[in-house]
Amino acid sequence: MQKIKSSEITPKSLFLTRRDFIAGLGAVAAGAAFLSACQGGSLSSLPPASEPNDKLTTKRDITSYNNFYEFSLSKDDVAEAARNFKTSPWTVAVGGLVANPRTYAIEDLLKQFPPEERVYRLRCVEAWSMVIPWLGFPMAKLLQAAQPTTDAKYVRFETLNDPVEMPGQADTSFDWPYAEGLRLDEAMNDLVLLSNGLYGETLLPQNGAPLRLVVPWKYGFKSIKSIVKIELVAEMPVSFWMAAVPEEYGFYANVNPDVPHPRWSQATERRIGEYQRRQTVLFNGYGEEVAYLYQGMDLKKFF
Amino acid sequence: MRWLRAHWLEILFNLAALLPLGLLVWDFARGQLTANPIQAVQLRTGRDALVLLVITLAITPLVRFFRLGCLLPLRRLAGLYAFGYASLHLVNFVGVDYGFNFGAIFADVGDKRYVLAGLAGYLLLLPLAVTSTHGWVKRLGRNWERLHWFIYPAALLAVVHFFWQTKADFRQPIIFGVLVIFLLAARLISLSRRLKQPGRGI
Repeated sequence: MQKIKSSEITPKSLFLTRRDFIAGLGAVAAGAAFLSACQGGSLSSLPPASEPNDKLTTKRDITSYNNFYEFSLSKDDVAEAARNFKTSPWTVAVGGLVANPRTYAIEDLLKQFPPEERVYRLRCVEAWSMVIPWLGFPMAKLLQAAQPTTDAKYVRFETLNDPVEMPGQADTSFDWPYAEGLRLDEAMNDLVLLSNGLYGETLLPQNGAPLRLVVPWKYGFKSIKSIVKIELVAEMPVSFWMAAVPEEYGFYANVNPDVPHPRWSQATERRIGEYQRRQTVLFNGYGEEVAYLYQGMDLKKFF
Repeated sequence: MRWLRAHWLEILFNLAALLPLGLLVWDFARGQLTANPIQAVQLRTGRDALVLLVITLAITPLVRFFRLGCLLPLRRLAGLYAFGYASLHLVNFVGVDYGFNFGAIFADVGDKRYVLAGLAGYLLLLPLAVTSTHGWVKRLGRNWERLHWFIYPAALLAVVHFFWQTKADFRQPIIFGVLVIFLLAARLISLSRRLKQPGRGI
């Protein structure tokens, strides 16, 4: 038996005071909990949305809670409505103001730009969020291959336009197909992915199969799904939501707790799978990587 | 048995009004409240409160136009159930969604006008629920009926609340809005007819 040195044995008196100390801690904690319950706590007492080791959202939640109006306006109906969506054959046309326009078959695209895994937070404009292990390749690689001309200032993305495959597009109160845009320097940022999968598996239709954008510092609606067209343009594109409700949605849509949606706050969010709210963080916690893109810009004006 | 025969409609109505709550609990137990259960509870209790408000408002016109006097005992029940679901809705928002963190609620509510509309509607319903007993009906006399007209602004506020929190799919708020306005119009028409008859007040 290993001998315990006498110096490692806690004297009984100390042992007892430690016990008192722990009991005291308990009392203080209980008191603090009571006080905070009475005073109602504060915004700053909530944990921040970005943490070094975010817990992944379950695959079940990621694949069953989706905003994808092309299939259903109800988030929990999208998966079922999109079940038979045909993602093969599929082509993605890269064109516009580029030296090398090309239409890729999806298989060739993924062969040329092999996907890697990236874990990103996704913050929806509806004030919920997830942590998703994406499979994808950096958008910058595709842009480098396409070689934008000097006139190219923006990238415009478009979703498939097919009311038979996407029954939601029969709803004429929206301007289909779904379109999104990024400034060229935003699109070149290393965080921006073109994703073809999550949790190590091929993307399911409800998550934007076969190819979708992922821009983790912007609200989720910027990350356009089921892309068929990527176009380099000179003028700022009008996105789907800018066209639908111009006074509520701007081009940038950067996650920002200080710029509320006109009808609701963006100060806090619910991480799917959790009960307590979290404080929303500027640029969804990716400020170190992307803040340079907006230097000198008034983010309240360019929302 | 006689009691059952006299009260079967109320019993049936109680069961029907409790059904959404039962389904909510059942779905919660099975983990079938979507990936965002707090929001699902919020949407469902809000919808149930609004449906019951519309039923409450519909009973008087049904009694008047179709002589369905048997429905009259259900009016108070429907109103109280509407208030009950609205209370669950409020408690879920304050207690579950925000964990009684009033600092965070106040920080958020300023940017959420739909919350203010909903709260105003709830505060209008509160005195109606309190004065729904026979004792209060007697005590307030004619003022009871005047007070209970508050259900119309309350229902309108509930519809506005629904509109303001909707992102894009306005079908349901529009349906509820049309129903409430239609029922209010029906009441006003029958009221103006009654006022034209000599010797009768509200």
